[in-house]
Amino acid sequence: MSTAIDIRSVVKRYGTATALHGVSLSISDNEFFTLLGPSGCGKTTLLRCIAGFEDVTEGEIRLFGQDIAALEPNHRPVNTVFQQYALFPHMTVLENVAFGLKMKGMGLSDRNARAGRMLEMVHLSAFADRLPAQLSGGQQQRVALARALAPEPKVLLLDEPLSALDLKLRQAMRVELKTLQEQTGITFIFVTHDQEEALTMSDRIAVMSQGRVQQIGTARDIYEAPVNRFVADFIGETNLLEVVVDRVEGDSARVILPGGHAITCAAAGNGPGKHHISIRPERLSLAATGDLTATVERIVYLGTDLQLLTRLTTGEEFHVRLQNSARTELPAPGSTVALHLEEGAARLLAD
Amino acid sequence: MKGVRHYPGFLPMAVGCLVILYAPLVVVMIYSFNGSTSITTWGGFSWRWYADVFTGPEAPRFKAAAWNSLSIALIAATTATAIAVAAAVAMIRGGRFRGKSATFALINLPLMVPEIVVAVACLIFFSTIGLTTGYLTILLAHITFCIPFAYLPIAARLQGIEDTYEQAARDLYATRGQAFRLILLPLMMPGILSGFLLAFIISLDDFIITNFVKGAGMETLPTAIFGSVKQGIKPNIMAISTMMLAVSVFFVTLSYLVNRIGQRTRS
Repeated sequence: MSTAIDIRSVVKRYGTATALHGVSLSISDNEFFTLLGPSGCGKTTLLRCIAGFEDVTEGEIRLFGQDIAALEPNHRPVNTVFQQYALFPHMTVLENVAFGLKMKGMGLSDRNARAGRMLEMVHLSAFADRLPAQLSGGQQQRVALARALAPEPKVLLLDEPLSALDLKLRQAMRVELKTLQEQTGITFIFVTHDQEEALTMSDRIAVMSQGRVQQIGTARDIYEAPVNRFVADFIGETNLLEVVVDRVEGDSARVILPGGHAITCAAAGNGPGKHHISIRPERLSLAATGDLTATVERIVYLGTDLQLLTRLTTGEEFHVRLQNSARTELPAPGSTVALHLEEGAARLLAD
Repeated sequence: MKGVRHYPGFLPMAVGCLVILYAPLVVVMIYSFNGSTSITTWGGFSWRWYADVFTGPEAPRFKAAAWNSLSIALIAATTATAIAVAAAVAMIRGGRFRGKSATFALINLPLMVPEIVVAVACLIFFSTIGLTTGYLTILLAHITFCIPFAYLPIAARLQGIEDTYEQAARDLYATRGQAFRLILLPLMMPGILSGFLLAFIISLDDFIITNFVKGAGMETLPTAIFGSVKQGIKPNIMAISTMMLAVSVFFVTLSYLVNRIGQRTRS
């Protein structure tokens, strides 16, 4: 598979503030790649550097091997779907979709035919002659998509395009986006702060924080094997515990849990000493004897799941999720329970 | 919380203010239809003073002055609007630059400087560079003082247009020029029209500066009216004033409507 975008140690500074600290990542052709992180982490800045709205201070951005850092936005074969869509309010839906084709010099009948096909693809053919203001948010979103896809960019950039939609629409659009990406075969780079969005759509995800890439991997990688505390905490719900690494032998480390019980888990490249582990609340079960001992404080009913808010005998808060089943025997609040860790549930973190 | 309308004495105060503002205008408008030659005694309804403006002894003078006023207002407003658009784009889309607030103050200062000072300054300036006062000097002076009036509505409009529209255009392969011409300019148009109309009215209406820089024999409507009044107020002055008022109200209303339509098409 060829590389669509190759970002090499990109640094972006605004005066004395640094938005990107040497970001490197490479995105394959035909990949649905997501930049995920909290606001201010640099994900949008990176996207704007790729689009050409921001100059990079250092480093290079290669598009299919060509260095594009010096090119003006109109000379880059990438298109953007903006957060607020930025549809031209004085043009009809069809004119909006045909705009990029017009700028590329395509004749009127050709570009209208192609824009018409794009509108068909996003199920908006009936709205071709409307003005953007006459459409709902979800429809505007689809027009923005059609407009950005019409010139057949090599890479499509999406800047939190679903954040302005309500929940139901957002969920429907996730499926539609993924389908569009597979249909067109265009590389999508999707920016979001919503981890659920990232997990459901992406082939791979780059988790960003404070201008740095923290981890790159599939949804499963970053959820199940977070490399550090930030990723473990940002993606999903987790229990972070301070533990003592007793000794490290090759790929495995012996870890002493709070309460004294020792387990073996995959090494994280750090030596013996005080470190953190992450334990997902659903990778635990109640047992007669377990790895951790805790007191149940509250039980929260979540429908499909039950959440046990407990406190370890050593004082840390600890969450457990149990599937809601008739067979689940619930402990009474105030009672002491033993918690059993599933194989591989404890993940030793690098920092 | 109660609105200001519910405070005691609101209604009489409001009516009082409106009377003070508009009573003189209403009197002029009514007496422009006076049938008698006196400006104070009512002699029945008549169009005679309107006819007098177009066919009476002073008609050629007024006609020439009206033509000067309209052509100067048109050229001055157009030129000032073009300059104001450039200034607004530079100020609002130019990012941060040294002396930005100073530039803003310089653009808008003419609004604060007493007109008489500008008038004297213009006259001294023109005579220093050896420009004979006349049509051209009026035009130059008008362009100058029209710029801030055109600038304000244009800048206000541009401020409300997010720069993502231009970015979207650039992203879709438009050059800088195309993004400006095809996207930004149409979106700014309500502000531009509004600024143009405001500048037009300000130019049409100006007396003090015009009077200083017009030179002998050159008249605009306000200076012609003033010249006429100096020889005694005749009812034809009321007729011509009423017509000017109508033109002003028409343009100001137009400017307001254009702005309101613009507001609706935004977003």
